[in-house]
Amino acid sequence: MNFHAVKAIYTFEMARTFRTIMQSVISPVVSTSLYFVVFGAAIGSRIETIDGVSYGAFIVPGLIMMSLLTLSISNASFGIYFPKFTGTIYEVLSAPISHFEIVLAYVGAAATKSMMIGLVILATAAFFVDLEIRYPLVMVLFLVLTSVSFSLFGFIIGIWADGFEKLQIIPLLIVMPLAFLGGTFYSLDMLPPVWQTISLANPVVYLVSGFRWSFIGTSDVSVWVSLTMTLVFLAVCLAVVNWMFRTGYRLKK
Amino acid sequence: MPPALSIRNLTKTYASGFTALKGVDLEVQPGEIFALLGPNGAGKTTLIGIVCGVVNASGGEVRVDGHEIVADYRKTRSIIGLVPQDVSLDAFESVWATVSFSRGLFGKGKDAAHVEKVLRALSLWDKKDEKVINLSGGMKRRVMIAKALAHEPKLLFLDEPTAGVDVELRRDMWEMVRGLRATGVTIILTTHYIEEAEEMADRIGVISKGEIILVEDKTALMQRFGRKKLELELAEPLAALPAGLAARGLEIADSGRRLVYSYDTQGERTGITALLAELSSAGIRFRDLETRQSSLEDIFVDLVRERA
Ligand SMILES: Nc1ncnc2c1ncn2[C@@H]1O[C@H](COP(=O)(O)OP(=O)(O)OP(=O)(O)O)[C@@H](O)[C@H]1O
Ligand SMILES: [Mg+2]
Repeated sequence: MNFHAVKAIYTFEMARTFRTIMQSVISPVVSTSLYFVVFGAAIGSRIETIDGVSYGAFIVPGLIMMSLLTLSISNASFGIYFPKFTGTIYEVLSAPISHFEIVLAYVGAAATKSMMIGLVILATAAFFVDLEIRYPLVMVLFLVLTSVSFSLFGFIIGIWADGFEKLQIIPLLIVMPLAFLGGTFYSLDMLPPVWQTISLANPVVYLVSGFRWSFIGTSDVSVWVSLTMTLVFLAVCLAVVNWMFRTGYRLKK
Repeated sequence: MPPALSIRNLTKTYASGFTALKGVDLEVQPGEIFALLGPNGAGKTTLIGIVCGVVNASGGEVRVDGHEIVADYRKTRSIIGLVPQDVSLDAFESVWATVSFSRGLFGKGKDAAHVEKVLRALSLWDKKDEKVINLSGGMKRRVMIAKALAHEPKLLFLDEPTAGVDVELRRDMWEMVRGLRATGVTIILTTHYIEEAEEMADRIGVISKGEIILVEDKTALMQRFGRKKLELELAEPLAALPAGLAARGLEIADSGRRLVYSYDTQGERTGITALLAELSSAGIRFRDLETRQSSLEDIFVDLVRERA
């Protein structure tokens, strides 16, 4: 294990994060606050309770998940795309470092950043609603698994992308819609039966549902199903990354 | 001791279908400075890329210090330092940070003293806290070299290290390369400046269209291909050569004011004595004469043209 190399990349990536710490932290705080004002206070005041909690408290896990997804993807995809774009990737490719170590360093840094911001959002949310976290360990587990899986997913996008448009297109056209339709703002049983069934094809539903379960103890789908689906997604991403490195896909000529 | 670099039947066909290397064989011994020369697109950068792990080979075998580069990549890559042809750096990092990063990346623990030594050797010490983006082009190139030296490599690749570098810095770099060789580092460099190879290299390889067409000791190469020219500046311009002299391979230059005679330095006789005797008997008088050794550049141009 080339520990020094993993540390060098990880530290480098984290330093990049801290250089832009203000925008990294402020923008999620602002957007989360806006969600609370619009959905929690304005609309939520018309809604009694969902699953036994106030609407404001109900949407917290979903809001965190949505930020976690989008941030993990953008951090990780940018983290690996940028050195490809500027050419500095040559150094990583010529270093005595295994594929696993490269992924560990880049994905680890991206996931760390999104987890940090996930916690910042959680703290922001605590200003607006009374939060109760029933199963903190499960909450942390989902936080970590989601950050890691979607950072891996972002890493894949970053390797695949050969232009800035491609970097944006999947998050914009696929991830955002899935995140919005993932049950952040509603409980699945509020949907007509057909849409409930269709929603089950949306992976984000499982993440939000499992994460919410750790907060309030009830969920749309069983927490075990959520956990399994998250692990499956993680495994798929790992397999794709592994294939990309083995073939040198878009990394080596 | 195994060769510092040994390449057997190396081939590379890019995804586009273009074959950049067609079965290259090459051996470089520990401690030598080897210059790889060849026209644009010959395959120099491709060859270096494969040895360093940036490009995947299509076939053949490469060993660095006896270790195979794919199976034993950790070993070989920690031995190698690479200064690529194109400068690419993280613009917002400081010189110190980016050089230290390279050292870590190549598996070495922090060593401020070594990084300082490298930066001083490249006259970058007073710029150590400067952000890369604020450096001049020549300094950026030096930062690239500093990064490659950060982990104390035993085999250093310099892909056109002095392209776009002023004369003074070029001399500094030559000095630095010699200094490295003195510490036992093997150096493989590519260059389009023939005088650079002539000045630096122990051995020279010429690559053209993906094939190594020649590898030879620099001095032997100079001798083998080295032709000398004798130039005579005439007292009176000559309209045409007398018949007897033309047969000797004499040429008129400078609209009749000069005669040029090429001869092989390796030959038993150069034919100069006979030539001068004939000139005087033909009544041709000259004011001055000089001899010139052909440069590597001439040799190289000849070689590549021969094959084309
Ligand atoms: N990624 C690529 N895909 C397809 N062809 C490539 C690729 N990279 C290089 N080539 C081709 O391979 C050949 C060798 O390129 P290479 O960069 O190795 O040449 P070089 O000897 O370093 O040239 P130069 O002196 O200009 O740096 C060129 O014809 C080039 O066009
Ligand atoms: Mg080149």
